Amino acid sequence: MPVKVRIPTPLQRLTGGKEEVEAKTGTVIEIVNDLDKQYPGIAERISENNKIRRFVNMYVNEEDIRFLQAEATVVKDGDELSIVPAIAGGISQ
Amino acid sequence: MGFIKGLKCRECGREYAVEPIYVCEFCFGPLEVAYDYPKIKKALTRKKIEKREKNLWRYRELLPVDGNPQVGLTSGFTPLIKADNLAGELGIKELYVKDDTVAHPTLSFKDRVVSVALTKAKEFGFDTVACASTGNLAHSVSALGAKAGFNRFIFIPASLEASKIAASLVYGPNLVAVDGNYDDVNRLCSEIANKYNWAFVNINIRPFYAEGSKTHGFEIVEQLGWRAPDNVVVPCASGSLLTKIWKSFKEFREIGIIKKLDTKVFAAQAKGCNPIATAIKNDTDIIVPVKPDTVAKSLAIGNPADGYYAYKCVKDTGGYGEDVTDEEIIDGMKLLAKTEGIFAETAGGVTVAATKKLIESGHIDRNETTVICITGNGLKTQEALHGHMGEPHHINPNLEAFEKVLKKIK
Repeated sequence: MPVKVRIPTPLQRLTGGKEEVEAKTGTVIEIVNDLDKQYPGIAERISENNKIRRFVNMYVNEEDIRFLQAEATVVKDGDELSIVPAIAGGISQ
Repeated sequence: MGFIKGLKCRECGREYAVEPIYVCEFCFGPLEVAYDYPKIKKALTRKKIEKREKNLWRYRELLPVDGNPQVGLTSGFTPLIKADNLAGELGIKELYVKDDTVAHPTLSFKDRVVSVALTKAKEFGFDTVACASTGNLAHSVSALGAKAGFNRFIFIPASLEASKIAASLVYGPNLVAVDGNYDDVNRLCSEIANKYNWAFVNINIRPFYAEGSKTHGFEIVEQLGWRAPDNVVVPCASGSLLTKIWKSFKEFREIGIIKKLDTKVFAAQAKGCNPIATAIKNDTDIIVPVKPDTVAKSLAIGNPADGYYAYKCVKDTGGYGEDVTDEEIIDGMKLLAKTEGIFAETAGGVTVAATKKLIESGHIDRNETTVICITGNGLKTQEALHGHMGEPHHINPNLEAFEKVLKKIK
């Protein structure tokens, strides 16, 4: 079973309008770079030098990766990875 | 006029036109107003500022509006008070209180940011203004928005103090009390802001709104006799005020209003909501969100939008961060009132108590000039003091009863 990746509205132009795409298991950053092969341009929107951008929040099964192993967090079969832009003005947990 | 170049992403530097937008389409970083400083340098001098009326628009070239000020024409220019009594208590040589407890019209520094935000909302042609607020912002948008003739939608956490709710309702806005904390209210508001064409002062107007905070810093410099202090202690909720006060000092240096700048910037937070102070103490630029639990409700933002920038500003200037317990906050409020005759809200207690600790720990040098930023009035949060003060002397209406009490007092 692959990993489910939830794509926020501003990035759906890159995924052909898809809200949810699939990826192979791996670390968060491996998945981001792998997604870029399917949907070119998406990695540089989310990350810079293999670091998730400061104003992009990533959640593995609803847990913020900053509370896990950040970019090195392993995402397993059947897990869900969510990409959520932080909004300037306070962000909900 | 015309001193704004545009908007610029603070993260990736991409540039945008002046519009009611707040987030970079590319990297999701916050947008900030970019100014034409060489042009401002030619247009603005100490003399010119001194000749203008005593309100926050005396620094208008450094504020993000195109035309004349339209809102808040009596806001700003609050007193900077030499606090010798408090300085004596804290064992420090030179201490000043920048006193926004008397900001006009709603007794907090939010009148500054809202004056700028609503003037910009007029320029953009909005007829409805809105905000997510822990209280002070709600009051200011309600009041200044009424005077300026806007429809107003105010979103607050339902748990707010009753007195803070009344101080919004009296101006007749549409007040929406949301079951949740400030972060929940904010998330809801960003969804509403996407759907309705309103000027949300702290969402789509945020780049402009936040610039209003600089006037607190401009005034400190002017009122100190055109010099920046050695230390400034700023209470932190989102962290925006702290970064903007530092920006105001830097801008004054940039345009030659002051020559020297080596201020250290200090962040004050409550222990029950201390993500910025924690990052500073742990020396990491990762701001870990917290669930707020503090008597200082106006500072209770668990996931501060400008936390990273506030951290960076404190570190870059050689300042520090401190957090204080609810008990220390109450003591801080009482100390400021007893020594300087200023009744600040709980956030003021945070600032005074944190300053005390920063002096005791040696982070603030006792021989330097220190300014503390007091941002809101204590009459708004009287509930916080219940059970923490003495009782009145209760007597019968005769002289004998009074003199009995007088003996006890003596």
